[in-house]
Amino acid sequence: MDTSRSYLEPSSFSKKLAATIIIVYTVITLIPISWMVMTSFKNVNSAISYPPEVFFEPSLEGYVNLFTNRSRQSQEYLDSLPPPENWYEELVRSREMVITGPSKFLGRYSNSMIIGFGSTFASVFLGALAAYAFSRFRVPLKDDLLFFILSTRMFPPIAVAVPIFIMYRKLGLGDTHLGMIILYTVVNLSLAVWLLKGFMDEIPKEYEEAAMIDGYSRLQAFFKVVLPQAMTGIAATAIFCMIFSWNEYAFAVLLTQFNAQTAPPFIPTIIGEGGLDWPAIGAGTTLFLLPVMIFTIILRKHLLRGITFGAVRK
Amino acid sequence: MSQIKISNLQKSFGDFTAVKNSNLTINDKEFFVLLGPSGCGKTTTLRMIAGLELPTSGEIYLGEEEVGMLRASERDIAFVFQLFALYPHMNVKNNLSFPLKMQGYSRSEIKTRVEEAAKLLRIDHILNSSISSLSGGDRQRVALGRALVRRPKAFLMDEPLGTLDAEFRELMCLELKKLHIDIGATTVYVTHDQLEAMSLADRIAVMDGGEILQADEPAVIYNKPATKFVASFIGSPGMNFINIDQGISNEQSTLNIEGTNFNIPKQYEISKSKKNSFGIRPENLSLTNEGGLKGSVFGVEYLGSRKIVTVKTNFGEIKVKTNISTSVKINENVQIKPSNNNIIIFDGETNRSLKSEFMN
Repeated sequence: MDTSRSYLEPSSFSKKLAATIIIVYTVITLIPISWMVMTSFKNVNSAISYPPEVFFEPSLEGYVNLFTNRSRQSQEYLDSLPPPENWYEELVRSREMVITGPSKFLGRYSNSMIIGFGSTFASVFLGALAAYAFSRFRVPLKDDLLFFILSTRMFPPIAVAVPIFIMYRKLGLGDTHLGMIILYTVVNLSLAVWLLKGFMDEIPKEYEEAAMIDGYSRLQAFFKVVLPQAMTGIAATAIFCMIFSWNEYAFAVLLTQFNAQTAPPFIPTIIGEGGLDWPAIGAGTTLFLLPVMIFTIILRKHLLRGITFGAVRK
Repeated sequence: MSQIKISNLQKSFGDFTAVKNSNLTINDKEFFVLLGPSGCGKTTTLRMIAGLELPTSGEIYLGEEEVGMLRASERDIAFVFQLFALYPHMNVKNNLSFPLKMQGYSRSEIKTRVEEAAKLLRIDHILNSSISSLSGGDRQRVALGRALVRRPKAFLMDEPLGTLDAEFRELMCLELKKLHIDIGATTVYVTHDQLEAMSLADRIAVMDGGEILQADEPAVIYNKPATKFVASFIGSPGMNFINIDQGISNEQSTLNIEGTNFNIPKQYEISKSKKNSFGIRPENLSLTNEGGLKGSVFGVEYLGSRKIVTVKTNFGEIKVKTNISTSVKINENVQIKPSNNNIIIFDGETNRSLKSEFMN
């Protein structure tokens, strides 16, 4: 028997087993995503061919179709046009079409950005202030208020879709960026308050007391001393809020149409000639995935780093 | 630097009164220690002086100014926390310059002051280190440095040595004392450790149950305790008490305990109660063969230079500090008697020491 290793340390067999399970799980979860990315680089025919093509000639047709509106023209008309000025015009002409203008995708995508980041910022900012107050001050009816805040998430938000729809129409908030930011902030706020309160409770109050002794007001101490130490919690909360508001579909369908429509309700409506334009949808969803991915990667180091470690002796 | 004066200071948390009607004057440049068991109100008093708690009633004067209701940031005092509370997201240099930045000093002025403080505390070689990489002693020095750079009116310290291990504590104790002598700042220091208090303080205030029982120089606190609590809290081991079922009259100078007459210092006060106690420190007692209180040896503790013999008597256990050469066995019958007249009679009703020839 091998007695050189500690009994507390897992055996090399269990380490290998764990690694295998993780790899298999990762591959399984990555299949749909990689299929989506692959579809975005196929052309219309290879996207729907059966059996599915794993090896194919990559094409940017999906991305071109995503960003443009096109119309089919006769060969004579195409011949009468001056030669194409760039590669995507050439690609479209080879399909016997001309570009008639940019599609709505970019606008929808930037709506998603504005509403997603706007509501995330608002949720985290307001959530952090509320969490700090709940954590530090003697708030009357504190427990009841916290329960009330949590109770706003005890039903699916869509259950109140009709009253919200009517309210938004009366208030003129329907199909506006502000309306959507407010709505997503309200939905995310309870999560933000509860998550951040836990993190605030962990930060010893001596830090802001020290800052106040050092001549700073409580609000200055909050921004200069408390917030930097709550970064782990803020990063985690921001990611959760961002994922929700970025992916939200039901309210976006219901409340937005033109001005403030986000990408989720728009992407499935990309219809090409003779059916759904799968490469364009693939391209749309691939691009849609990127911001949340980048956002998470940027904030990841805050999630992993315990910056308060060792600063206070307990 | 300034004098600190608190008058009729009171603090309640709901029904609980943490600090009761306290009066204190802390002189300019004095090292003043608030000493007491946990929950006695010493930290609350300190936090009220700092402005971290607002008093329920009473006044706090910093110099001439009444600051009781001012915010902490408006009082110009420095506070050293028990857990140091160094900002973990800043390095040592930024921690030290943080209080100066708020006061609008120029960059070069901040630099000079930080370097000056760092030099004084011998932390100039770690200015660029992160807080988490520092040892306990260095963190302590940085915390002191952050208090020092601003040249505040007073330093307040809440058990700053409490989290250090014994070796560091002794070292930092010396450094603190030296630092105080060097910069001569008014310092209020809170601790529950009487040794720390004795070695650091110019004056000590002993607190219990939210009240200041006595505020005086360490030697006075030790030798002439004002109340029974002070007598038992200070000293290791604390004072011995023998309950006596008799009143004390003026001019009385002997006391009969169990048929033996003991000389006591001439009393100048009549006791209010008929049940008083006779207090004497272990080092003022000695073992004898006759004419003392009878008892049997219950335990012997060897302290290196002295021995502490615990004797079981009809009045409970009494501790006697003896020479190292004294040899007694457990259960041996011995007698104890006072070896001098450092004897204090405590009134059974008020728990205060009675005035006497000794307690002047």
